[in-house]
Amino acid sequence: MPRLIKDGAIIEDNWLAPDAESNAPASAQLLTLEQWLQLRDKSGRGVQLEPGEAPAPLLDHLQDIPLVVINFPLFMDGRGFSYGRELRERGFQGELRAAGHFIRDQVTYLRRCGFNAFQPADESQLEAFVASLDDFSESYQATPDQPLPLFRRRS
Amino acid sequence: MYVYDEYDQKIVDERVAQYRDQTERFLAGKLTDAEFLPLRLQNGLYVQRLAPMLRIAVPYGLLNSTQLRKIAQITRDYDKGYAHISTRQNIQLNWPELAEVPDLLAELATVQMHAIQTSGNCIRNTTTDQFAGVAADELEDPRPYCEIIRQWSTLHPEFAFLPRKFKIAVCGSAEDRAAIHAHDIGLELVANGAGEVGFKVLVGGGLGRTPVIGQAICEWLEKKHLLTYLEAILRVYNQHGRRDNKYKARIKILVKAMGTDAFREAVEQEWVHLKEGPTTLTEEEISRACGFFVAPDYRELDAEEQNSQLQSQCDAEPIFGNWVKRNTREHRVAGYRAVTISLKATGYAPGDITDAQLDLMADLADQYTFGEIRSTHQQNLVLADVETAQLYSLWQQLQGAGLATANIGYLTDMICCPGGDYCSLANAKSLPVAEAIQARFDDLDYLYDLGPLELNISGCMNACGHHHIGHIGILGVDKKGQEFYQVCLGGSQSKEASIAKILGPSFKQEDMPDVIEKILDTFLGLRQEQETFLDTYRRVGIDPFKERVYAPAN
Repeated sequence: MPRLIKDGAIIEDNWLAPDAESNAPASAQLLTLEQWLQLRDKSGRGVQLEPGEAPAPLLDHLQDIPLVVINFPLFMDGRGFSYGRELRERGFQGELRAAGHFIRDQVTYLRRCGFNAFQPADESQLEAFVASLDDFSESYQATPDQPLPLFRRRS
Repeated sequence: MYVYDEYDQKIVDERVAQYRDQTERFLAGKLTDAEFLPLRLQNGLYVQRLAPMLRIAVPYGLLNSTQLRKIAQITRDYDKGYAHISTRQNIQLNWPELAEVPDLLAELATVQMHAIQTSGNCIRNTTTDQFAGVAADELEDPRPYCEIIRQWSTLHPEFAFLPRKFKIAVCGSAEDRAAIHAHDIGLELVANGAGEVGFKVLVGGGLGRTPVIGQAICEWLEKKHLLTYLEAILRVYNQHGRRDNKYKARIKILVKAMGTDAFREAVEQEWVHLKEGPTTLTEEEISRACGFFVAPDYRELDAEEQNSQLQSQCDAEPIFGNWVKRNTREHRVAGYRAVTISLKATGYAPGDITDAQLDLMADLADQYTFGEIRSTHQQNLVLADVETAQLYSLWQQLQGAGLATANIGYLTDMICCPGGDYCSLANAKSLPVAEAIQARFDDLDYLYDLGPLELNISGCMNACGHHHIGHIGILGVDKKGQEFYQVCLGGSQSKEASIAKILGPSFKQEDMPDVIEKILDTFLGLRQEQETFLDTYRRVGIDPFKERVYAPAN
C-alpha cells in the first residue's frame, strides 16, 4: 500500500488513485474534478485537483469533502499553493494533500499554505520530508497554520 | 533605517541553515540540477559563464556603514576584491565558490543582510527612490511601506513558485525616481480628495522582451489594505499567469490578455475574501515601521552662511564647483545636500566598486552623514545627508579614490548590465560598448551641453540594463552567432513614462560610438533653446534620427 505523511506521521494510504476512465469509481477511489462534478451524491468522496483546476466549484461543498488532493505534476508549477491556501481560508477542514512531483524543500511552504498531508511521487524520502516540515520556526505572513501575521504577534 | 529584532534575525538565520543543507545535498548528489536550480536562485545564486554570481539583497537600496564594511571584507575573502551595484539596487559578486556560499550568507546574517529572493520566480527586492526621506518633492517617505512589503514578501509560502519573477517599486514623490511604471506592481503614495494619503496601484508594467507601461487598477487604496490588495493581485497572477512559455509568463502579458478592467475585476473578487482579514495593517504596525525612518539629528545650520562659503569654494576651484552642480542636490533640511557618488568613471565597468572604495564609502558615511549609504537603480551610491560646509572636504577624499566623476544624469552616467562578459543569459557584451561610448564622449563640457541624457545598455532581451526606458537604449542581439546592437530612442522612466522605439537595423560593436555621435549631432542640430534630448525627440519624432544614422556614406 502506498505511504504518505499525514499530520507529521508516516501512514498507509487508504485511498485509491483516480481513474478518469471509470464510470463508477469505487467509494475509496479519488475522483477527478469532472467525475466529482457529475456525481449527485458527493458526500464522503475525495477529489483530486490538477493545475488549472481552481477550487471554486468545491467551495459550496466543503463540509462534505473528507479529502482534497492537489496534484503537482511539475514542482515548478506553484498554482497548487494558492489552491490549498484558498480552500483553508474558505473553511475546508478535511485532509488537504499534496501529491506528485513537489520536492522536499517545498513542504514547509505547503504546510504553511494549509496542507496537512504529503504524498511525494518518490516514497523513499518520506522521513527526510518529515524533517523539512519545520525548516522554519517563525514567519511573517498570516497563513492557515498561523492565522496572525507576525506584526500582530510581535511583543 | 530598519533594525532587525529577534524574529527577523531568526528567519534569516534559519534560511541560512536551510540553504546550507540544500547546498550540501546538492554537492552530495541528493538534489538534481533541476531541483537545486530554483532553490539556489531564490537565494540569489546564478551559475554564470565564469563562476557563480551571487546577488545580495539591499532592501530598497539602504545600507549602513557596518554592512558596507562587511561587503568589502566578503569581496576580499570570497571574491576578487570588487562588487557590482545592480539595477535593482542590489549588490552582486561575480566570483564566489558555490560551496562557500552558505558561509558567506552566514557572515551577511551577522550584519542583518541576506540574499533571499534576489532571483527566481518569486517576489524580488522592493525598490524605491534613492532620495527617500530627504527629497524636497516628497509627499511621504516610501521606505516604511517598502519594509512592510519586504517582510510580507519574504518567504511568502504561497508565492515562491510564481509563473515568473515579480518586482514591486514604491514612489512617494512628485518626480518618479523609482521607475514605478516599469514594474509588475508600481505603488505611488497619493492624497485623495480629503487629503488622506494612500496608494495608487499600477500593474503590468515591465521591460524584458515585451516592454509595457503599467496601468492603474486602483486610483487610491487606503494604507491599511496594502498587503491584502497585493495578496489578491498575486493570487490572481499565480493562478492565471501563463506557465507554458517563460517569455509570456510575466503579469503584464496576463493583464494585456484579460484587459485592465477584467483584471481589476478578478483582483476585486479575490480581495473580497482577504479584505479586513488578519493581514490588514494595523495603525501600530504602520507607526512601528515609520519609527525606523524618522529624520536623523540634523544640526540647525545657517544655510546662508553655508551657501556663501560653498560659493567661494566653488569659485576658487571650478572642478569642485562643477561636481557640486552635477552630483549634489537640494535637501529638504536647510544647510544639507544629498550627494551622488558616480560609479561611472570611464574605464571601469558601470556600477563596479572595489573593496577599498567600499571601505572608504563606509568611513565617509560615518564621517559626513549618519552612517547610511544608499544604492541607486542607476548603479551609483548616495550619501543623503551631507552638511554643505563639508562638501569640499568630502569631495577631496572622493577624488583621491577615483569616485568624484561629475557626470550624474549625463550621457556617461549610463545604466549597463554585466552583459556577455559575465552573464550566461546575455546575447552580447555590454561593458565594451559602454566603455567605447564613455571614451568617445569624455569631454565634460560637451556632455553638459547635451544636458540630461539617460543611456541604458542591456546585453539581452531580459533588459536588466533597462534599455527600453533610456532616452537612448542599446540592446545586444545575436545574429547568427555574431554580436550586434540595436538602438532605440525616446524611452523614459518618469511619470510620463514611455517605451523607446527601435531606430532600425542593428549595428556592429565597433560602429556604436559613431552611431551615438550621429544621434547626438542630429539632436544638437534640431534642438530649440534649452530642450533636453527627450524634449527634442518628442517634438520631432524618430525620423530625423533614422535618416541621419542610416544615410548612405558619401
